[in-house]
Amino acid sequence: MIKAILIFNNHGKPRLSKFYEHYSEDTEQQIIRETFHLVSKRDENVCNFLEGGMLIGGSENKLIYRHYATLYFVFCVDSSESELGILGLIQVFVETLDKCFENVCELDLIFHVDKVHNILAEMVMGGMVLETNMNEIITQVDAQNKMEKSEAGIAGAPARAVSAVKNMNLPEMPRNINIGDISIKVPNLPSFK
Amino acid sequence: MALKIVKGSIDRMFDKNLQDLVRGIRNHKEDEAKYISTCIDEIKQELKQDNIAVKSNAVCKLTYLQMLGYDVSWAAFNIVEVMSSSKFTYKRIGYLAASQCFHESTDVIMLTTNQIRKDLSSPNQYDTGVALTGLSCFVTPDLARDLANDIMTLMSHTKPYIRKKAVLIMYKVFLKYPESLRPAFPRMKEKLEDPDPGVQSAAVNVICELARRNPKNYLSLAPLFFKLMTSSTNNWVLIKIIKLFGALTPLEPRLGKKLIEPLTNLIHSTSAMSLLYECVNTVIAVLISLSSGMPNHSASIQLCVQKLRILIEDSDQNLKYLGLLAMSKILKTHPKSVQSHKDLILQCLDDKDESIRLRALDLLYGMVSKKNLMEIVKKLMLHVDKAEGTTYRDELLTKIIDICSQSNYQYITNFEWYISILVELTRLEGTRHGHLIASQMLDVAIRVKAIRAFAVAQMATLLDNAHLLTGNTQHSGICEVLYAAAWICGEFSEHLEDPMATLEAMLRPKVATLPGHIQAVYVQNAAKLFSTVLCSQEGAPADSKVAQETSQLLIDRLPVFVQSDNLEVQERASCILQLVKYIQKLQQKDVEVAEEVTALFAGELNPVAPKAQKKVPVPEGLDLDAWINEPPSGSESEDEGRKTKGKAVFAKEESRHTKPRYTEVDEKELAKRREVRKAEQANNPFYIKASPSSQKVYQEAVGVEHIPVVQIDLSVPLKVPGMPMSDQYVKLEEERREKNKADRKKKDKKKRREKGRQRRGDSGPESEEDITPAHMVDIVTEEMPENALPSDDDDKDPNDPHKALNIDLDKPLADSEKKLPVRTHRPDEVLKSPIEDVEGLEVTSEPKKKSGKEKKDKERKKGKEKKKKKHKQEEGEDLMEAGSEEPVQSKVTNDVAAQPPASTPEEAAAVTDDPPASTPDAGSGVAAVVPDSEPEETKSSKHKKKKQKKEKDKKKKHHHHHHSDGVREESVQNGTVEDEEPLPPMSNYALLAENSYIKMVCDIQGNLHDGSQVVVSVIFENKCDSFIKSMEFNVMDSLNSKLQRPEGAGPHDSLTVPFHLPPGISNEARFIFSVQSIVMPQKLKGTLTFIVKTEDSSTHEKLDFKLHFTCTSYLITTPCYSDAYAKLLESGDLKGSSLKLEGINQPFHHLLARICFHHHFSVVERIDSCASMYSRSIQGHHVCLLVKTADQTVSIDAKCDEPGLLRNVLDEIKLTFSQC
Repeated sequence: MIKAILIFNNHGKPRLSKFYEHYSEDTEQQIIRETFHLVSKRDENVCNFLEGGMLIGGSENKLIYRHYATLYFVFCVDSSESELGILGLIQVFVETLDKCFENVCELDLIFHVDKVHNILAEMVMGGMVLETNMNEIITQVDAQNKMEKSEAGIAGAPARAVSAVKNMNLPEMPRNINIGDISIKVPNLPSFK
Repeated sequence: MALKIVKGSIDRMFDKNLQDLVRGIRNHKEDEAKYISTCIDEIKQELKQDNIAVKSNAVCKLTYLQMLGYDVSWAAFNIVEVMSSSKFTYKRIGYLAASQCFHESTDVIMLTTNQIRKDLSSPNQYDTGVALTGLSCFVTPDLARDLANDIMTLMSHTKPYIRKKAVLIMYKVFLKYPESLRPAFPRMKEKLEDPDPGVQSAAVNVICELARRNPKNYLSLAPLFFKLMTSSTNNWVLIKIIKLFGALTPLEPRLGKKLIEPLTNLIHSTSAMSLLYECVNTVIAVLISLSSGMPNHSASIQLCVQKLRILIEDSDQNLKYLGLLAMSKILKTHPKSVQSHKDLILQCLDDKDESIRLRALDLLYGMVSKKNLMEIVKKLMLHVDKAEGTTYRDELLTKIIDICSQSNYQYITNFEWYISILVELTRLEGTRHGHLIASQMLDVAIRVKAIRAFAVAQMATLLDNAHLLTGNTQHSGICEVLYAAAWICGEFSEHLEDPMATLEAMLRPKVATLPGHIQAVYVQNAAKLFSTVLCSQEGAPADSKVAQETSQLLIDRLPVFVQSDNLEVQERASCILQLVKYIQKLQQKDVEVAEEVTALFAGELNPVAPKAQKKVPVPEGLDLDAWINEPPSGSESEDEGRKTKGKAVFAKEESRHTKPRYTEVDEKELAKRREVRKAEQANNPFYIKASPSSQKVYQEAVGVEHIPVVQIDLSVPLKVPGMPMSDQYVKLEEERREKNKADRKKKDKKKRREKGRQRRGDSGPESEEDITPAHMVDIVTEEMPENALPSDDDDKDPNDPHKALNIDLDKPLADSEKKLPVRTHRPDEVLKSPIEDVEGLEVTSEPKKKSGKEKKDKERKKGKEKKKKKHKQEEGEDLMEAGSEEPVQSKVTNDVAAQPPASTPEEAAAVTDDPPASTPDAGSGVAAVVPDSEPEETKSSKHKKKKQKKEKDKKKKHHHHHHSDGVREESVQNGTVEDEEPLPPMSNYALLAENSYIKMVCDIQGNLHDGSQVVVSVIFENKCDSFIKSMEFNVMDSLNSKLQRPEGAGPHDSLTVPFHLPPGISNEARFIFSVQSIVMPQKLKGTLTFIVKTEDSSTHEKLDFKLHFTCTSYLITTPCYSDAYAKLLESGDLKGSSLKLEGINQPFHHLLARICFHHHFSVVERIDSCASMYSRSIQGHHVCLLVKTADQTVSIDAKCDEPGLLRNVLDEIKLTFSQC
């Protein structure tokens, strides 16, 4: 079982938090802080697993994380999950984000956390892995987005226009915080079908 | 109005959306909290509007704020509103918000049930998907119960997208509503072979998760998983399955043997590291499970270790980490094969990655031996010095202590060395583990008598240098050590060289800065030291000055402690101060006081085992659950009903649980425990029988010159003295071993010479056993209460939700179990006692359990027969088949389980509910079952049991016969053992009506608890390809019977069936009728209307039916004890009637089973071809049958207090048998 999925940036700002067990808001923030603290002090070239973390850890659970440019992707799992499997899953997740957002960067996650949630929902459900095939995930996400668009129809047009205007006032949205190199570090990761 | 709408929509354009909110927060870095609070105010305004788009936008923003840590539970109701929007866009936002912030105690969840049900059956698969995803995060027991049926239906949905989600969410449903597991499991099992790989993977996922917690219930799935493992190419699925096998093998070694080969193949062939790693892991698990019986799997071990070595040597830190992790598992059973890689592991201790170092440390734990302990600890001590960061250093410290103290200090040959290691560890600055070191010191000093002198000397120096420990860091945990030091010095003060000096050290003013509990120990032990000093001075009256000085010292120093703000310190100090003052007075009068003072602290403390307290058995006659004072009367009224009904039963049950355990088990257990302890002591090289002379033994054996005397210059205490000594010990130890070896060699030579050089060959490397401990030490075993209870399961978590899922899944589903229990229409069931049930029969005091037992017997037989049949099909050769041993096993457990008088009407009649509750616990021993109040009964029942067993054994032999000799099968069957023949499947569900769209079958049962109610369970099955919805059920009421409609509904209104039916799906609904007279059968006309929805159109359809209330349906299976039955017949209130059935050529037990099943009777007694049966109507009429059979003729004599009812029942019985 996956107990929680957290994404935060290099400064510990949460970009997505998904807990599959209930905690109070305060505890959740504490967990995020603690996890960030644990993860951020680790060197780049050490292993991606760590035990401990008082709150969500416990003896059975493990943190499995990956660091991409400005973002940490952290999965907290129990012993029924395969460590390398979850690493692979994180990879699939990031690659899926990359496809869905077309060259994903931290800003995408900042402004569209709802979409990230929707993508995640197609991969993990209630703490259990639902789908590991990237194409299947993207198909389902796209289909749902299409539905959303068709529902908005003409009524959505003014809102879109306004939002475009709003964006115009901003300096060019920087897209340079790219997640960048997502090449696989683990040799021979399982090829998920 | 129109203007308002336009205005509203224009306003809305300028509402903040999520992006605006995020942007705003980023622009208000300084006053973020303030900005957000204004945003929340805006959101509150938006939520008040009617426009759903505005609402959902607000909810979307709230979801974001929730992530930032803001409590948004106040908007729960608005979230529900957005969830119920008909547009997918909003619905999705709503469900996302709900999944993020709803939980079990969110009260609006109650409101969502119908909305979710609607979404689940929505024609749009994404509506369903979104609902399932959301539900998976916030499902509650209520939701699980109410929606289980709908979700189960979705498991067979046409779209794999829905199927896989439905399958996955079932796990959550099981967790919250364990009753659903058994009915849903067959379908779950089917999904393992679903054509869609995603669905398959989901099913594997769920079953693996279930099996991990209760593996033994899933052993029977092993063949299926084995097939999947050899056929699947999906690595994710493979990993899950292989992990599952890892959990199953400890339970079934034969499975392990079978697995080794394919797993080895996979290890060789796969390129995916994750898969390889899991394979290795499972092979290890297999090897562990086999380790006892199978010695020659060394090849597999070698393969694993070799693969792991490759992983550990890999540059990838992840693989290194995992390699070490798996290695630690091998270590437990095959330490030798791991120990050969010691170099590699020690190397990992130097790794820059802390996780890896920690893993390597874990491995060290298992790699120490007597031989290398000192060496390894020395290395660790070096790491302690080097380590930066207190956490890792603390980890090292605990590991050192773990390693040394493991299995009762098994590997320590020299405790002086260990004490000095502990003393060295006290130097660590800022460690949190002072208490750990302290407890080790205490433990060793108490349990190893021989070391006390040395320990006391060391502790005295520690005390003397206490300022170094406490020095700069006031709150450092290390000062805990002083607690131990002070106590050891005080308790074993007879070993102190200079008690005076130590006493002085303990009373320095600086001590007052220590934490209170330590000061308290100081004060108390100062008193002990005082008594020692007095004692030593007493002999030499010339020196009474010293004694008086000591008293004076105490009197001078103690007042500081009397003023302490710590209560305990203050109390002890003032007590002791007064005592000393008094002693001083006596001293001045030259009275000898030493002896009396020593008496204060006389007596030795022995260590007590940590669980000792818990294991004290409850003395006979003491009921811990009994009220000491009667509970306040307020609560009485509440459960009065239950009390009056069930008093007797409660009392009985209690005694059944508590008493027998002690009476029988004690003696045996004690003997066993003694045996175990003896064996343990025999194996423990350190154990000598505790005797006062052990002290001497030690000194003689070793000699004082071996003990290095601590040379310290007390005037310059720059370092903690005694510190660098542990190294000396290593050297000393080596020398000693050399010497020992040499000695032994000499002896060996002698021996060899004596033996005439029969054996040659080198002595080889020193083996474990050869190392003799440096000191003869005795480890005092921990004390346990005399007849402690043996149980060791105290550490199981009673709150584990998975406990409820420990359900036997191999038991075939009962007919009524095939559907999920629908609770909505069912009246609450209250537990009834068997006694209460026969109360109407004026039962005598002693209830007998015959009928229940027989009933159970029968059921069991049925079950067994099925099992045997299955067994026959899959005969023995298949090692994978875990069930092959089952018949024997189940027989044994059932044998035992048949005894308890658990024949409540529920169990017999409605097998529907709570299968786990009625499953007899396999573990319940014979003793736990024997009711204590009736010893004679006990004996006889035991006797019976034996008989039964014998019979069964016989049967088994017969059965065996079958197997070997198929030709004779016929004769055997026609001969004696009629029970072998399986019963044909029976169902009480009768066809109600049917057309091309829908089929209805129904079962009618009396309601146990309401004399005027009948429950009709109808299964609706969709036979067409279209969706059936809006089903409405209506019945024309008669004078005698009425359909119960919800309050406020008119007498002719129809009831809505609470579900829709997708194509090919069936579901069950229950309706309750109230009946006045039950003497006559009757028929009710009814109609079902429904809408058939196809792609482009929908049509209204209607189906008429006739509900037939037979008299049988008013009967309720009620067990009856034979003596009560006899009384009933004697009473003469019953009218008789009889019936003859000709040409019945079915075995008698089938006949009885049919009557029981179809007509709700229970067997009271059966003698050969004659049986008495009993049943009771919902209105309390007794119906008694005497069934006899001879030559295909069955005669039934019946008696009942209502002749009309009886006649009709007999007619119905006749009808039943004419039909088959």
